[in-house]
Amino acid sequence: MTDALVATPSQTVGPYVSIGLLRELVPTALAAADDPAAIRVYGRLFDGAGEPVPDGMIEIWQADRDGRYGTEAFSGFGRSGTEDAGRFEFVTVKPGRVPWPDGGLQAPHLAVGIFARGLLKRVVTRLYFPDEIEANGEDPVLTALSPAQRGSLVAVPEGDGLRFDIHLQGPSQTTFFAV
Amino acid sequence: MRLDERRLTEVDDATRAGVDPPFDHPEYVATRLRAPKQPLVILPGTETELTGPAYGESAVEATDADLTRQHDGEPVGQRIVVEGRVLGSDGKPLRGQLVEIWQANAGGRYRHAVDTHDAPLDPSFSGAGRCLTDDDGRYRFVTIRPGIYPWGNHPNAWRPAHIHFSLFGRAFTERLVTQMYFPDDPLFPFDPIFNSVRDEAARERLVSRFDIELTEPDRALGFRWDIVLGGREATPLEGAHDD
Repeated sequence: MTDALVATPSQTVGPYVSIGLLRELVPTALAAADDPAAIRVYGRLFDGAGEPVPDGMIEIWQADRDGRYGTEAFSGFGRSGTEDAGRFEFVTVKPGRVPWPDGGLQAPHLAVGIFARGLLKRVVTRLYFPDEIEANGEDPVLTALSPAQRGSLVAVPEGDGLRFDIHLQGPSQTTFFAV
Repeated sequence: MRLDERRLTEVDDATRAGVDPPFDHPEYVATRLRAPKQPLVILPGTETELTGPAYGESAVEATDADLTRQHDGEPVGQRIVVEGRVLGSDGKPLRGQLVEIWQANAGGRYRHAVDTHDAPLDPSFSGAGRCLTDDDGRYRFVTIRPGIYPWGNHPNAWRPAHIHFSLFGRAFTERLVTQMYFPDDPLFPFDPIFNSVRDEAARERLVSRFDIELTEPDRALGFRWDIVLGGREATPLEGAHDD
């Protein structure tokens, strides 16, 4: 019997993450803009003083519209920088529902990872969709949260897209997860 | 109440088990306004967390792994080979893993508009690379030993030499961005980022070792650094080193 190896710990991405990770390989567009199902998801990343974080990186991971992960036709993974005053943006499709381990289905959601100078490890949250009233009302994660916690995870319809601001700290801190 | 009965468990990040540093680490000044302070809601592993993106051969080109050959001229500095394996916590190699790196040049300057350190830029060095692990989980980069550079965290603050590494693992939960350091760096005791990892065995995981076998005669010094993904939530055992 051998002991498990000690895992490699996380370290901050620092201020220059765009050199390494915001090159052409990973897109902000997971769907073509002329796809009738395409949606624009955008927001801003804020610190505890309410100031925008301009040196961060947001990653999303999601199922395709039928609730399948990692298919050949749909990568499900995107990255956006936040250089423009904390703004990030993705064009994607709303994912289908995926199972909950104890049975039932989860409401459509994006897994969201946040990296920045000053974050010694990834911050994880989820984005839910405001028009999924029925699915959100029975989602095992959303229904287990307080109304304030829940509210920070549901995107807000605005203009031609969905706004999802992320507050790292402070009274309106977004709900974050341990995964 | 129904909702209370179904409440998910929360954990205070400061008392969370595992090798990762805490969010809240005031010695690293940039954490003060960015570290989340509220307890984290513990998610069970659902399909969302237990899957993750995968990349194939088309994601990389041969020159992506040799940072000394991305321009017409050769970059200034000490040529090095950095090689290692990407492993699960059970020691099994993780093949086909996309490994992405970025770093400062030999003078300690990043090719980035925000870096105002007055060391010179090197027109022959961009400082970014990527590759896929082979069937043994092995990655290999040829690059320049990055310089040590000053930063504004506290008076006379200097970062130990490091290369940033990004990895995906087999699932969203295993995603890791970290930094590889060089052996015997005199700045280790003074660096709040390196020392944010509280466990000594875990901290040592961040340090590569010089390897004469990897060293190429008349060409480049070799440094070996294995990366272990998964099991980051486990508390390291005393003396549980694998080598």
